[in-house]
Amino acid sequence: MDFYILEAIINGILLGGVLALLALGLNLIFGVIDVVWIAYADIVMCGMYVIYFLYAQFGVPLPLAGLIAIFAMAAMGVLVHLIIIAPVLNSAPINQLLATGGLLFFLQSFATLLFGTDFRNIGVRLPILEFHDIYISFSRLLAFGIGLVGAVVLYIFLKRTYIGTAIRAIAQDRDIIGLMGVDQRKIYLVTSAIGGALAGLAACLLALQYDVHPFIGNQFGPVIFMICVLGGLGNMIGGFVASFIISMIIAIGGYYSNTELAYVFAFAFFIVLMFVRPRGLFTR
Amino acid sequence: MMTQRNILLVVLAVLLAVLPLVTPAYFMHLVIQILIFSCIYTGWAVMGRFGFVSFGHGAFMGVGAYVPVLLWNYYGVTPWLGIPLAIVLSCAMAVVIGYPCFRLKVVGHYFALVTLALSQVVLLSLTAARDYTGGSLGVTVKTVGHSWYALQFPEKSYFYGIAIVLWLIGLYAWHWVDRGISREALEAISEDEDAAAAVGINVLREKLRVTIISAALTALGGAIYAQYFMYLNPDTVSGIGISLQIVFAVIAGGLYSLMGPTVGSLLTLSLTEGLRVFFGTHFIGAANTIYGILLVLCIIFLPQGIVGKLQGIRLRRRPPAQSVTAPH
Repeated sequence: MDFYILEAIINGILLGGVLALLALGLNLIFGVIDVVWIAYADIVMCGMYVIYFLYAQFGVPLPLAGLIAIFAMAAMGVLVHLIIIAPVLNSAPINQLLATGGLLFFLQSFATLLFGTDFRNIGVRLPILEFHDIYISFSRLLAFGIGLVGAVVLYIFLKRTYIGTAIRAIAQDRDIIGLMGVDQRKIYLVTSAIGGALAGLAACLLALQYDVHPFIGNQFGPVIFMICVLGGLGNMIGGFVASFIISMIIAIGGYYSNTELAYVFAFAFFIVLMFVRPRGLFTR
Repeated sequence: MMTQRNILLVVLAVLLAVLPLVTPAYFMHLVIQILIFSCIYTGWAVMGRFGFVSFGHGAFMGVGAYVPVLLWNYYGVTPWLGIPLAIVLSCAMAVVIGYPCFRLKVVGHYFALVTLALSQVVLLSLTAARDYTGGSLGVTVKTVGHSWYALQFPEKSYFYGIAIVLWLIGLYAWHWVDRGISREALEAISEDEDAAAAVGINVLREKLRVTIISAALTALGGAIYAQYFMYLNPDTVSGIGISLQIVFAVIAGGLYSLMGPTVGSLLTLSLTEGLRVFFGTHFIGAANTIYGILLVLCIIFLPQGIVGKLQGIRLRRRPPAQSVTAPH
């Protein structure tokens, strides 16, 4: 077995962990509120800036900075819901999509206005691990691990708590839930907060690997939507599996050609699969 | 009503004819941009108004812009051949994506996201083929000075004329779809696809037809954009950024009226330019920040766009459709 391809596959799996986390957040919001947040990746960008400024500028310890970022993004998720989503909740789905698209424009340009277009790195250099000639970046391994833990915690929350059950119920039947004595608006807010928190968590993990700049959302955004659609919008397990399929295509494609072409393969694979399974890979 | 409209048209024509004589070059540049983008936006609205919201028009614009330029730079093929070829390629792409989408009833969110993937494919392919396209650094058109053969004119007035023709082509195409029998069919489809099919509408053919018209207009606009600016960058002509820009300008201007996309183009480009001049280069992003806020406000408070709102006030009744209704 060629070591380099093995390395590419492992890196693919590790990348999948972070993508899966983002796909989970987006799917949760879609499943419950029935709105696609086009600007989801840009909320991650905001989280990365929070971490950058707290850690690299103000010297806040990294774990604390990460925690603050997660809470800040949760608050931001609530704000996004209250300011942008709530007013368009009853309009056509496409208008909802476009409203969050406006948010995307706003966040990207506001970040440019505030921070300029410089690439900023938080300057943490984590070691690179070596197993039998295979090099694995520790930050990626950490991201993968924490991503998985985050997914499991979310799963337990949804399965074991009252509010989690309510969230799952609302995703199944929006109309009946009011009759069961559940306050829809509260559930929407909690869901937006969780979605934002997941974006914040992803921001912590991505800040270790990538430089922050206002347009970093464009790098992940389209891939995450693609993963969610591939898994079936709102289907969390589908999205989870799809993240690994896509990240594997990107990793192996990148090994044989270059990164851009690898993404082209992934998008092309997505388009072709949409025609084979128009409602996602894992529709019931 | 009719005479009023005729007077308006004459005034507009005179205004457009006099404009190059009285305005400084900078404003000419702005007007040309507005006209070129008006064509592209109108092209998007041709299908967008029926609820087929595409986030993939960056793909058509990218192909339209890059194909003639690359052919000219590397093989010396005249844009007179290159542009039709680009349009044909864009239409082919529209069919390749559109046919399965419409056949399998990929609609709403799914359609928007599939087309988004298409525009990313074009963006990344252009970036990846950096040996030919210069990648993210962009590509400059080989200049030959004033030439009809190469469709290059240092004089702005030539492009002003071309841009007006382009704009009129866009408006005509919109009008043609609006007046044709297809419009009724397409409105029925956007209301309820199955019901439309049940009354004997060939859903697939109608949808494909507007998609092709839309793709062709966008590619044509992209090609003229390239000839005028003489510099192309994958991010400015393809990908998620431009695709969303197209959607927003149309929504802001008005999706359901002939002049809506033009007003959207006029509004967004003058806003961007105005803010850029006002804030200067110190505040990069200020213009787009305000732009983003306005977009969100537009969608929340003016879903039928500015022109639609004005018409609604004037006619004291609702425009034909209130909002984009895409089947779930």
